[in-house]
Amino acid sequence: MELNLNYEKLNNNHKNELVNDKVYDLIIIGFGPAGINAFLYAKRKGLNVGIITKKIGGQVINTSVVDNYLGTKNINGEALIDQFTEHISEFDTPILENATVTYIKSINNHHEIHLTNGTFYKTRSVIIATGSKPRQLNIPGERDLLGKGVAYCAICDAPLFKGKDVVVAGGGNSAVEAVLDMVKVAKSVTLVHRSELRADKILVDQLYQNSEINIHLKTKILEVVGKDFMTGLKTKSANGESIIPSDGLFIEIGHIPNSDFIKDYLDVNNHGEILVDEKNRTNIKGIFACGDVTQIPYKQIIIAAADGAKAALCVNEYLNKDYIK
Amino acid sequence: MKMFNSEIENQLKEVFSKMVNDVTIALFTKEGECLTCEETRGYMQEVEALNDKIHLKEYDINKNQDLAKAYNVEMVPSIVILNDKEEYLGIKFNGIPAGHEINSFVPAILEVSGNQSAVPENLQSRIDNISKPTNIKVFITLSCPHCPGAVQKAHKLALSNKFIDAEMIEAQTFNDISNKFNVSSVPKIVINDQYELIGDQPIEAFLTEIEKN
Ligand SMILES: Cc1cc2nc3c(=O)[nH]c(=O)nc-3n(C[C@H](O)[C@H](O)[C@H](O)COP(=O)(O)OP(=O)(O)OC[C@H]3O[C@@H](n4cnc5c(N)ncnc54)[C@H](O)[C@@H]3O)c2cc1C
Repeated sequence: MELNLNYEKLNNNHKNELVNDKVYDLIIIGFGPAGINAFLYAKRKGLNVGIITKKIGGQVINTSVVDNYLGTKNINGEALIDQFTEHISEFDTPILENATVTYIKSINNHHEIHLTNGTFYKTRSVIIATGSKPRQLNIPGERDLLGKGVAYCAICDAPLFKGKDVVVAGGGNSAVEAVLDMVKVAKSVTLVHRSELRADKILVDQLYQNSEINIHLKTKILEVVGKDFMTGLKTKSANGESIIPSDGLFIEIGHIPNSDFIKDYLDVNNHGEILVDEKNRTNIKGIFACGDVTQIPYKQIIIAAADGAKAALCVNEYLNKDYIK
Repeated sequence: MKMFNSEIENQLKEVFSKMVNDVTIALFTKEGECLTCEETRGYMQEVEALNDKIHLKEYDINKNQDLAKAYNVEMVPSIVILNDKEEYLGIKFNGIPAGHEINSFVPAILEVSGNQSAVPENLQSRIDNISKPTNIKVFITLSCPHCPGAVQKAHKLALSNKFIDAEMIEAQTFNDISNKFNVSSVPKIVINDQYELIGDQPIEAFLTEIEKN
């Protein structure tokens, strides 16, 4: 039987706490690939850094296999995050986990980072690296049947659909990966997507090689049907409306930025992505953003991580050149 | 087959070196039909060997009915974590805590040993106010990376208030009870068999449901 021991986390239970009574050089909000790499670069510059995050590792934790991070082939998402946190373990890492930032207030030359529990922390600069969360279909039945057939984490819930019929909604890499994960356990797997597949060719090839997978493209899901538990989906295609009987629906239709807490303060585009310039600057002085939460295209681990590095270097430059004490 | 390779064994030894007091793992199995009892027993024996402060005691759910009742053990395999006085603090794992769930099992041993993490001040008073017996079930799968977080929070609540009893339930092994509670997404948290939460929710969300009681 497999063991997924998270040694870095377990061994770090005496980690440093964040303190309220000092002003940090930099506070990083969100500790996924973007935030972790920003931390590495900021520490190497000698900055005094604090971290506030809901979870360590971000979305990567939900990924069964990552095969496109340069230098690390075919690795499980959590193992990749372990490698990241192992890399920074030499540094003093003041981190507040299970914490949610609700707003930022800028006062004179520093910023206050406020949390749901009413406390706040002070810093000269901020990097927002809060990433994104699964997009919902926003159709009738989706919310009511959440946890009653409707699911968003294929690797978590796949074992519960052993011998059952499931549908995966979406046409990108995550959707195709979910289909390939589910087909190992479910009785039948159907992919439903409103347009054409946009996943990597290497994944799409695997999809078409498996004759057990049903594929419905140019098909819209209108409703999740069921009372106490989902029983099927109402769909619409060129052939008209029909019902696909199904015990489960995995929704993998992309992501929306975690910017709700800040979108009234910072400039965002109509997708809610924080707008940054080439130096990761937002419209507010001293507040930077990077990774999936920004307008930078292609949401990928290596892109988010690289963007985090760039943001930290920009913060360092800002603190040295532009910051007025 | 051994669960631990030498790397994991050394890592776990290091983590368990932070134990404060002794801890007893009370493992309930039964003779005859039990899918994962053997494997769980082997696993627990390996855990016991990692540190002198860890003691394994084996029981049979049918032959040790009184004890099973005292610890609320209703299925096998079931693992109850007892403190140095062999007191039950409301911490239980139904099913093998392998896969990702080792990440809630190890902290449970550390916490019961006395190496406790603090509960945020503003929550402590809400936890102290709970004065009715409260059961928390956390359904998990072994492939779920978020599940240990939910199990840990349930156990933390149990450790912080003697009225709270918190148990992990491995949903695949205990198919019947998972079906009874319609488990199709994990972690699924069920409070007093009545109030439900889905996902690795913050302690505040647990408390809001418990306070409905
Ligand atoms: C199922 C799945 C499979 C994927 N597969 C791949 C793949 O194979 N290869 C690849 O390159 N990419 C993959 N991706 C995309 C990749 O995971 C993301 O692009 C990347 O994780 C983005 O990193 P990030 O640091 O910007 O944000 P995230 O990883 O989203 O991290 C953001 C962090 O911020 C925290 N946070 C959010 N809001 C707040 C708040 N208000 N206060 C405090 N903390 C907060 C979150 O808890 C989280 O830890 C996949 C994504 C998914 C969901």
